[in-house]
Amino acid sequence: MPSDVSLATDQRPRLSLGPILYYWPRQQVLDFYAEILETPVDVVYLGETICSKRRLLRPEDWWDLAERVTASGREAVISTLALIESEGELKVLERQCADQRFLIEANDLAALDFLEGRPFVVGTSINLYNQRTLSFLAASGMKRWVLPVELGRETATDLIRTRPAGVECEVFAFGRLPLAYSARCFTAFNNGQGKDNCELRCSEHPDGLMIKTQENQPFLALNGIQTQSAATHNLLPFLGELGRLGVDLVRVSPQSQHTATIVRTFAASLKGELATAEGQATLRGLVPNGLVDGYWSGAAGMVETNTTARV
Amino acid sequence: MELVCPAGNLPSLKAAVDNGADAVYLGFRDDTNARHFAGLNFGDKQIEEGLRYARDRKVRVFVAVNTFAQPKGWSRWSTAVDRAADLGVDALILADMGVLDYAAERHPELKLHLSVQGSATNPAAIRFMKRHFNIRRVVVPRVLSIAQVAHVIKESEVPVEIFGFGSLCVMVEGRCLLSSYATGQSPNTYGACSPASHVEWRDTAAGQETRLGGVLIERRGRDEPAGYPTICKGRYEVGGDIRYAIEQPTSLNTLDLLPEILAAGVAAIKLEGRQRSTRYVSEVTRVWREAIDSCQRNPGAFRPKDDWMQTLARVSEGTQTTIGPYERTWH
Repeated sequence: MPSDVSLATDQRPRLSLGPILYYWPRQQVLDFYAEILETPVDVVYLGETICSKRRLLRPEDWWDLAERVTASGREAVISTLALIESEGELKVLERQCADQRFLIEANDLAALDFLEGRPFVVGTSINLYNQRTLSFLAASGMKRWVLPVELGRETATDLIRTRPAGVECEVFAFGRLPLAYSARCFTAFNNGQGKDNCELRCSEHPDGLMIKTQENQPFLALNGIQTQSAATHNLLPFLGELGRLGVDLVRVSPQSQHTATIVRTFAASLKGELATAEGQATLRGLVPNGLVDGYWSGAAGMVETNTTARV
Repeated sequence: MELVCPAGNLPSLKAAVDNGADAVYLGFRDDTNARHFAGLNFGDKQIEEGLRYARDRKVRVFVAVNTFAQPKGWSRWSTAVDRAADLGVDALILADMGVLDYAAERHPELKLHLSVQGSATNPAAIRFMKRHFNIRRVVVPRVLSIAQVAHVIKESEVPVEIFGFGSLCVMVEGRCLLSSYATGQSPNTYGACSPASHVEWRDTAAGQETRLGGVLIERRGRDEPAGYPTICKGRYEVGGDIRYAIEQPTSLNTLDLLPEILAAGVAAIKLEGRQRSTRYVSEVTRVWREAIDSCQRNPGAFRPKDDWMQTLARVSEGTQTTIGPYERTWH
């Protein structure tokens, strides 16, 4: 079926895959990227962004993966920790930022200090809400920013219209929303443990620990120090609009199952090879707690405004 | 060590000044500050009177413009900065890099503090903010243990202010979207967490229910006290159990830690609560003034007095207080 996303080639956003936010076994991570490199994804973000205790893959392992991504003709970006508290975390970050081979995604202000003067990406957890911040960070070396997830089309339109030349806008288009970070590890807390003796129990929750309201409504997912939405944010029905606005990249955030299928669904829709209704029907079958998109239209993030193909 | 106290309105400002604050902080009457509540904050006349009252008694006045401006609203934030500069306030508390950039360029004489909403939790982040905006103080988010606070102070040339008492944010300030996920409005975009217009309280057969944006965030028994209705302090089902999955309805009280706070070289201690009553401001300011003076005289012998702790417990939200993240076991 032909798509309703009719974008000229030069309007078509590239497709990116965000960093894995969960703690999966090493072999699962390697298998995951082997599968991803079979998909039409353009940019792959790699690295641990949530917890410095998750060390099944070391910086060297992520660099090896980045080399593989680059060799496949795609762009690799190294993503860094979202909350830096300790000296040890700063040292690792400094080492990552000293490596010149790959573009780096800054997720804590500390990374801006190390990356100043060279090209970098600003991730969703650094607050870029207006033109003055955009110009300031661009002057500092920022080549791309990921729109903070609580911002929608109105602010995206204003920012894109007035952005400095050569700065790209990426939009978080699919995945559980990153909503908050804390000093506390909520996975450990809910196991009756503290962060310092957590036994890395987050590895038991490949898509986070689900919390439901007392009315049995899935509400949030706890992922170590991060709190996510239980529902999956999805902008597939808005891909045409995103392209026409001038969004340069749309991001899919990994989940433990079906990510390659999700990437292919987005790619086909962007190319005009898949009708939105059909894409939506596919995506609905691949997420555990439904789809939401409210942030894009300035509503509550948990709202779904586009109910195409909802049963 | 300076004591920085909340002023949600003129009577509270006077109460803070009269009870021993070294500085007070306040906001304008709009979404440019993180306590954007109906009936709170300062218009031009009140702020001029407040400034006079504080100055006459050698107390400094800080203005918080600590939310994040979006393009359509930018002029409210730039106007707020200009107003504060015209008023000659002692410092401006800012969070947004764009607003910091504007203030540093337009008003180089104005002292800038990085707000807790600015999310600087480590020496590299503070160095970056100092280099670009010449910040004179940083208020650090409630994520660091007291040992980590001491380390940040040792490694930074910028004096550090910490939150010592009041409502406890569980998430890194400036990076929490839980409220906007349920309501469309967050501290970053609107200046309030759980805006009152989105909160419903209902008495049901199953208990007293609190909803935010329609989501049931708490259901409690009749004799259980109700705290401020935030998502982070609600009760949910996790693996078959109903529990406080993120944090209990506690508030922060670090009085026990005062000798360690002093020894760490903390430049200022801030009390939360611009949205609280004038009586709250009087009592917490008085207790903290006495405690800081007593601790500075003889840190080795410092012990919080029972009546201080009782006073603070009486005015705390909920029934429990915690040292929170300053104690490593909280993490």
